[in-house]
Amino acid sequence: MTEEIIIAGFGGQGVLSMGKILAYSGVMEDKEVCWMPSYGPEQRGGTANVTVIVSDERICSPIISKYDTAIVLNQQSLDKFEKSVKPGGLLIYDPNGITKEPTRKDINIYKIAATEKAQEMGISKVFNMVVLGGFLKLKPIVGSEFIHKGLEKSLPERHHNLIPQNEEAIELGKGLIEAVQVL
Amino acid sequence: MANDIVKPENLVYTKTKVLTDNVMHYCPGCGHGTAHRIIAEVIDEMGIQDKTIGVSPVGCSVMAYNYFDVDFEEAAHGRAPAVATAIKRLNPDSYVFTYQGDGDLAAIGTAETVHAANRGENIVMVFINNGIYGMTGGQMAPTTLVGMKSATTPYGRNVALNGYPLRITEMLATLPGTYYVTRQSVHTPANVRKAKAAIRKAFENQRDKKGLSFVEIVSSCNSGWKMTPVQANKWMEENMFPNYPLGDIKVDGKIAEGITADRLVVSAPLTVVNK
Amino acid sequence: MKGNEAIARAMIASGTDGYFGYPITPQSEVMETLMAEKPWETTGMVVLQAESELASINMVYGGAATGKKVATSSSSPGISLMCEGLTYIAGAEIPCVVMNAMRGGPGLGTIQPAQSDYFQSTKGGGHGDYQLYVMAPASVQEMYDFVFDAWDIAFKYRNPVLILTDGAIGQCMEKCYTRDYIPRWTEEERRQHAPWGCWGKPATRDHNIITSLELESSRQEVFNQKLQKKYAQMKEEDVRYEMLNCEDADYVFVAYGTSSRICMKSMELARAKGLKVGLLRPITLFPFPTKQVAELAKKVKGMLCVEMSAGQMIEDVKLAANCQIPIEHYGRFGGIIPTPEEVLEALEEKIIK
Repeated sequence: MTEEIIIAGFGGQGVLSMGKILAYSGVMEDKEVCWMPSYGPEQRGGTANVTVIVSDERICSPIISKYDTAIVLNQQSLDKFEKSVKPGGLLIYDPNGITKEPTRKDINIYKIAATEKAQEMGISKVFNMVVLGGFLKLKPIVGSEFIHKGLEKSLPERHHNLIPQNEEAIELGKGLIEAVQVL
Repeated sequence: MANDIVKPENLVYTKTKVLTDNVMHYCPGCGHGTAHRIIAEVIDEMGIQDKTIGVSPVGCSVMAYNYFDVDFEEAAHGRAPAVATAIKRLNPDSYVFTYQGDGDLAAIGTAETVHAANRGENIVMVFINNGIYGMTGGQMAPTTLVGMKSATTPYGRNVALNGYPLRITEMLATLPGTYYVTRQSVHTPANVRKAKAAIRKAFENQRDKKGLSFVEIVSSCNSGWKMTPVQANKWMEENMFPNYPLGDIKVDGKIAEGITADRLVVSAPLTVVNK
Repeated sequence: MKGNEAIARAMIASGTDGYFGYPITPQSEVMETLMAEKPWETTGMVVLQAESELASINMVYGGAATGKKVATSSSSPGISLMCEGLTYIAGAEIPCVVMNAMRGGPGLGTIQPAQSDYFQSTKGGGHGDYQLYVMAPASVQEMYDFVFDAWDIAFKYRNPVLILTDGAIGQCMEKCYTRDYIPRWTEEERRQHAPWGCWGKPATRDHNIITSLELESSRQEVFNQKLQKKYAQMKEEDVRYEMLNCEDADYVFVAYGTSSRICMKSMELARAKGLKVGLLRPITLFPFPTKQVAELAKKVKGMLCVEMSAGQMIEDVKLAANCQIPIEHYGRFGGIIPTPEEVLEALEEKIIK
């Protein structure tokens, strides 16, 4: 099993930390992982993206141009990465602020209204975990006990009291994701 | 006759064991030999030969390591304070000193000098200022006086063209990291004694972990200045000293008595020399 | 763990005595990690932010000359400044470890990853006939492990070791197995490993002098011959490389560091298409795996050198292969990383045809 994922959105949406939690969870399950952020001036505001690869085998390139899954959280990222999903792959987007819906016919498309839901529930800090939950519902590449360990590993100890809240958000996301187009 | 004199009871002075028996390559009349000797004597008298590590510069004293019988590193041009910083930090019980000329310390190595001083590195820096690049054949140094002729200022140093002589010693005294800053010379026995006392104080400061001690020695370069040793010393007294006044500038972390703000910051007017 | 963090943690764990650095993207996390870890409170390691790369490499020179394990890290423009210090260190035969996270040049260039410092790293950089031992990690695990290996090599040869990487591996986070702490050398061990060091002259020995100056040409020539002998020994004993799928290969990629990771993927894509493609990954760039390239050149039909540069390592590959087969270069530069797909296309267009 090798899953190549791009997560992209605005800086501040928790894109990098979502990727990090997924990667750490993979490590906890003794999988090979690679987490590769875009860096430099790009990381000062504007868009942020991170490539996460989780695999049972040695990982080749940390830099790739085609993904099994693209998780996009704003319009720019949707425009940029829709075309990079492998045929038959998966695209997940948050409809918040999306004016041009995805158009490809050869991929699976799901949406998750995580922004709206998180605001409604006053948990916007764990918005990214809602999205992660949606992804894990469709592709349970890491077991939930390892997600717990991944959270422990990637969150500083002073924030460990927030782990239950994060896990609830993941569960919430699993129920929130809905199919747009399934091949 | 001579053999009659060579008797232990007649012995009044010997070369310190901290200097090797190598014959120095310095020109007759140069201040380096005396400066080396008093540093070596201080190391000997303090009993720290086995703990001392010296750092030599690029310039006439590049091979100072041949004359001091202590462990020695030869630094790249200007970088001795950086080299000394790491030696001392990694070997805090050792005694570390740099020995640098004006081109090395105050031109190419200005950044390393200022930052080592500003960090308050617990080392001794000895600065030989003769207003000229001796080794490369007498070119203008940062400390060359206004009007002074050199190989690259054949018509005399011109402020419009070459800027001002740099009084880096006064500049360093203004930094909180320096504990002891002084200017000395070694051209008369009285001055040699004062300079040696200053070097002793500098090494004692290091022993007591006080911070950076900086000893400038104004020296002559009779070859570069194209004078006899005696003429050079006289010229130094008449021209160098008014621009580089001798004495303590900062003692025990405080500006010394009689040192005015004008001297340190605004910079007292420089005299124009004719040579 | 991130690549840059791995370097920092490996320095602490390998018993490094001192690190002197200056911030530059994309490797500032090395010093940031060290400062956050405060190893001076645990292992006694000294960490200091210098005023420039000139100062930091000369601090390495100073500290390492006392026989201690001293390291620094920087990125391309900073390494250019350090080249003065590196030639002095090589000339004074001082062991030390330096990491270069390459970014695109020339000049300030870009902060994105590149591999355009191959010439600088393996053919000089500074003046004079000297060589650095150059290791090119291709993963976070290797970033970590190579710091340990680098100390062995540095002290074996009394020579600076360069860990040549780039911003991609520095920023990339991968799984990394850490090692138990190797205690810093005691005073006795330091003296035993570095009898030549400036650690204070006891009455029982002559004073130790660390210098790269020798005004007598005949003696300088003898010294240079000694250096050359040392470099020849490196070529004999300490070449490192990795070969993947080369046994049955018709074509091979030659690539190091980040490029080699991309080529692994391209190789996978090629194999899926039925093309017999392998990969030779030089791990040491100096000494270069010349014999291995020469051997492969007898078996395969062509080689594609993939570098994030205009083509630098290809010169060593061509020299090794000695015109036996077609060898072409494919590279992106200025901070652009080629995709596995375009690398495979390049192989098909330039070599397979």
